Amino acid sequence: MSMTATTPVRRFSLANALPALTGIGTLVTFFLIVELLIQTDMLSRFIVPPPSEIIASFPRVIVEEHVLQRFVQTLGECLTAGVMLTVVGVAIGVLMQRIKLLQQACETWVAALASAPVVLCYPLFMVIFGRNAWTIIMMGFVAGLPPVILKTLEGISGTRKVLVNVGRSFNLTSSQQFWKILFPAALPTIFVGIRLGLIFALINVVGVEFLINFGGLGQLINELAERYDLAGTYAAICFVVLVSVLFFMAVEKAERWLTRAE
Amino acid sequence: MTPPAAQQSNNDILVVDDVVVRFDTPDGSVTAVDHVSFGVRPGEFLSVIGPSGCGKSTLFNVIGGLLGHTEGMVSVAGVTINGPHQSIGMVFQEESTFPWRSVTDNVAFPLELIGMPKAQRIERARHFISLVGLDGFENRYPNELSGGMRQRVSLARTLASEPKILLMDEPFAALDEQTRLLLGDKVLQIQQQLKQTTLLITHNITEAVQMSDRILVMTYRPGRVKRIVDIDLPRPRTSEIVGSEAFGRYVAQIWADLREEASRGMRDEEDHMMHPAGSKS
Ligand SMILES: Nc1ncnc2c1ncn2[C@@H]1O[C@H](COP(=O)(O)OP(=O)(O)OP(=O)(O)O)[C@@H](O)[C@H]1O
Ligand SMILES: [Mg+2]
Repeated sequence: MSMTATTPVRRFSLANALPALTGIGTLVTFFLIVELLIQTDMLSRFIVPPPSEIIASFPRVIVEEHVLQRFVQTLGECLTAGVMLTVVGVAIGVLMQRIKLLQQACETWVAALASAPVVLCYPLFMVIFGRNAWTIIMMGFVAGLPPVILKTLEGISGTRKVLVNVGRSFNLTSSQQFWKILFPAALPTIFVGIRLGLIFALINVVGVEFLINFGGLGQLINELAERYDLAGTYAAICFVVLVSVLFFMAVEKAERWLTRAE
Repeated sequence: MTPPAAQQSNNDILVVDDVVVRFDTPDGSVTAVDHVSFGVRPGEFLSVIGPSGCGKSTLFNVIGGLLGHTEGMVSVAGVTINGPHQSIGMVFQEESTFPWRSVTDNVAFPLELIGMPKAQRIERARHFISLVGLDGFENRYPNELSGGMRQRVSLARTLASEPKILLMDEPFAALDEQTRLLLGDKVLQIQQQLKQTTLLITHNITEAVQMSDRILVMTYRPGRVKRIVDIDLPRPRTSEIVGSEAFGRYVAQIWADLREEASRGMRDEEDHMMHPAGSKS
């Protein structure tokens, strides 16, 4: 915990922008290398399209394939799944932590579920919800739930004993003890779970769109791949990456706001 | 050498009467605190000193109501206590600030609990922050503070609840020597200013002699009251007093008591290492 991290004056300088610039630089270099490999025929253009072609396909994908609507649809599905898994996951985690029997009974199951390829259950979800957005949302939700539950459990159980004792010494009721001590102490760990859960949800949302050929970016990727429009496929994948970037930025904002309510 | 019972008088604000604490362990029952009795007078600064493992923290938790006792009674202002009690404020040995709250919000915590309006509690919190000498750090978070500053935040938080009795378990143990001395001066100054009844648990003799009106020396296992020493030194006491002859005599006397107990403890632990209780399995 260095004191330099809290330097009050934050002027724009090359040193501050360096990490971001390096990141972009690495990415550009990577694309240049791929481009070079393809142009020199060391890499087949029928496996990986040249980055220049992917960039050139953007206008076409946007105008003809309506990628923006699809982007919004996938974003909406992920957001719904994300909100659901946060609310339900944290609630279940809290419940399991409060009721020891429930924790002893279910913790292993939840952990097992976390590593199970839930996406393979998509026919079952289709039967239950039909071929619509809810199947996709529910798949994302179920897939992202375990890490949220497990990390909530871990965060609350891992609250330092002395903080619990401070609460007791101030004579807190058990609900005050929870809301004023256990929960805020667990928040950073809970957010790790939410991040993981969102990754799982996003993978599954796009995966199920692809599999059931319905909805947003996943379906578009499916269609473009069938048409053998490789440049278009990769351009659509770029939008999937954009969804995940947006989510991470939002979660980071939320975390900062919640853990440091100023 | 006065017998402990004679030190109790009926205007004591805190009374610890014949308290016994036993723990059930796999190796059988361990007596951590054995028939301890003493009283603390209003406004008094009493230190409990003893070798490591003699039951000081156990006693601290019992008085604070965090731990039940096997026998005996603890009472505050004539009322028997059976759990955490608002007239007792505890400062813990470990770092205990809330990392998710700013210094002001940490200190305002007990005020928030009693439902004091926001503006008023911020003002109150400021007062206690200033008392522990942390002006200018109101909006900082604990991870931006040094260990000594965090311990001062904990102290301010406890003081803000305006406890009848301030109970501290080795609050400076994790700090370096200079910080410890400076913080000791600060505590003493605050204690005198507020006429705060204080019970300090420590294993530092100089600290105990410098601050206390009386010092209770505990024996090593089982933890009993070995002696209660009146410290008859003039106040206000500054660090200068440490060099005086009277001060030296008190330190020597208590050190003699403690050395006996501490070496008994070391022998005990060596024995334990060579013949562990669980060796039969
Ligand atoms: N929960 C417990 N279960 C079993 N034994 C315990 C428990 N808590 C404390 N003890 C034992 O009681 C004795 C006193 O412990 P305590 O923590 O009160 O010592 P202490 O005087 O505070 O030591 P230190 O100065 O090292 O902090 C020790 O021998 C310890 O092993
Ligand atoms: Mg201790």
